[in-house]
Amino acid sequence: MVPRRGAGWTPPRAGCIVPDVEGCRGCGGTVIRFENVGLRYGTEAEVLRDISFTLLPGSFHFLTGASGAGKSSLLKLMYLAHRPSRGLVTLFGRDMAMVTRRDLPELRRQIGVVFQDFALLDHLSALDNVALPLRMSGTPEADVVAHCTEILRWVGLGNHLHAKPSTLSGGQKQRVAIARSVINRPRLLLADEPTGNVDDGIGMRLLYLFEELYKLGTTVVIATHNEALIRRFDHPRLHLDNGRLMVLPARGSRAHDGRTGDARAHDSRRE
Amino acid sequence: MALRPVRPRSDLPLAVDPSSRFLGWITALMAFLAALALAGAMLVSDMAQRWDSGLAGGLTVQVAPMPGAPVAPLDERVEAAVTVLRAFPGIRSATVLGGGEIARLLEPWLGSGATDPLLPMPRLIDVIADGPVDVAALRLRLTSAAPGATLDDHAVWLADLRSFAGAVRLAALGVVVLIGAAAVMTVVFAVRTGLAIHRPVVELLHLMGATDRYVSRQFERHVVSLSLRGGAIGLLLAGGTLYGLYRASQGLRASLLSDLSLQPWQWAVLLLVPGMLALLALATARWTVLRTLESMP
Ligand SMILES: Nc1ncnc2c1ncn2[C@@H]1O[C@H](COP(=O)(O)OP(=O)(O)O)[C@@H](O)[C@H]1O
Ligand SMILES: [Mg+2]
Repeated sequence: MVPRRGAGWTPPRAGCIVPDVEGCRGCGGTVIRFENVGLRYGTEAEVLRDISFTLLPGSFHFLTGASGAGKSSLLKLMYLAHRPSRGLVTLFGRDMAMVTRRDLPELRRQIGVVFQDFALLDHLSALDNVALPLRMSGTPEADVVAHCTEILRWVGLGNHLHAKPSTLSGGQKQRVAIARSVINRPRLLLADEPTGNVDDGIGMRLLYLFEELYKLGTTVVIATHNEALIRRFDHPRLHLDNGRLMVLPARGSRAHDGRTGDARAHDSRRE
Repeated sequence: MALRPVRPRSDLPLAVDPSSRFLGWITALMAFLAALALAGAMLVSDMAQRWDSGLAGGLTVQVAPMPGAPVAPLDERVEAAVTVLRAFPGIRSATVLGGGEIARLLEPWLGSGATDPLLPMPRLIDVIADGPVDVAALRLRLTSAAPGATLDDHAVWLADLRSFAGAVRLAALGVVVLIGAAAVMTVVFAVRTGLAIHRPVVELLHLMGATDRYVSRQFERHVVSLSLRGGAIGLLLAGGTLYGLYRASQGLRASLLSDLSLQPWQWAVLLLVPGMLALLALATARWTVLRTLESMP
């Protein structure tokens, strides 16, 4: 049941799931850069204030903070659902202020998102849900079915290819959502409390799954408030408190293949 | 009952929208009306064409008996008129109708009294032209050679007939244009409703990297499938109605309505109606979706 690396699905275009370091150097060497970013909804006070940090390719971060601290809002800025009220957001080396509406689909296809409530389409089968990103990018239909079948087997849902989400358990839906978020081999994977409404056992398996992708080179950010998981997987934390962001380094300072796995935070007050 | 899209998978669950329930049937109604309007226009055109070719190129000369007037006897004047006619350029033949034929032509108006030999009857000459005829010059020549002769080139009849056929065609065109406008408005309404209902899904698709064209294709497929099938149903109903009218017209004696049937190419024109409606729906859906999405983040 536990999806394991190599249990069927291998990324057919490994170059896309493993960020091309050469290519990324060309785009500034960072996946995401925030500088003095602020976000407000309507005329309310800012929910995010002076957020500054940089994510390097192939890094893994937890995003923590109390409920209402702004974790989802920060992720939405990262997956381009919101534009910041102020400050600079750079994604894959591109200044988002300069990006037109027409360019957004191309950028968004490089980001995999596991939404807070999974956001599966209820009228589509598991396979068709996972197929969405592929069909959007114009993948030939035969490849779509082959890839989706493979990845659903990889996450242990080989027997539920044609099941509608309503017939799946919470943990199964979650794995469909994750399969969908990685099917296009994104350079950046964002998950908003993916362990929210499943028990710790499933949450743990899920984290192992994200670790697999991280080891394949994807930049991962996972919002969670599950302290047990955070302690178990020793990764640096982006911590939100009162609208401000702190970067807490990994305690064990595990080195992964010599890659720099930490984010560099700038103290905005200093800038 | 709703016409459901055949295509089993669409990223938007459009098939269960309330708008889907009426879009197919409204299209059926529109196709029905458009097909009938077009068929009506084609039938009237054909009929006018038949009358037209029956009358055009034909001339009639009438020589009136003028009892008491100081002119030559009727027979002589008829002779003179026929001579003028046969010599005139563009005229192939000129035949004097016998008394029996004239009586038969007048019978509907005069009854059996038309055969009364005491009744002063005008004489008719049936003229067939095979080229352009200078009607004004001919008329002048006739009245000088044969007093009491009048030339009827059916111009008034023909003008009336042509303007009537033109008016019918115009009316049919107007009906078809109005139906097209109604179809556009229906599709705009259905698509806007669909976008509003499925806005969260559309936003989700956008976040996963869908282009506006990808979203609009979902709507296009939906409306094309519905309008093609609605159109086919409307066309079938129109075909049935036309056949019924044809059968009913067979019972009529009136030769004016001799043939209420369509040519094969005219049926083909009617077959285009669902296709045109589907194309119109496709263009409208695309335009509406793209325009509406422009305002979405
Ligand atoms: N769409 C929105 N409109 C207005 N306020 C919002 C919206 N989304 C979030 N907020 C507010 O922003 C703050 C941060 O919310 P959120 O980012 O969801 O926090 P978290 O994910 O950490 O629980 C909360 O006070 C919330 O009420
Ligand atoms: Mg949240």
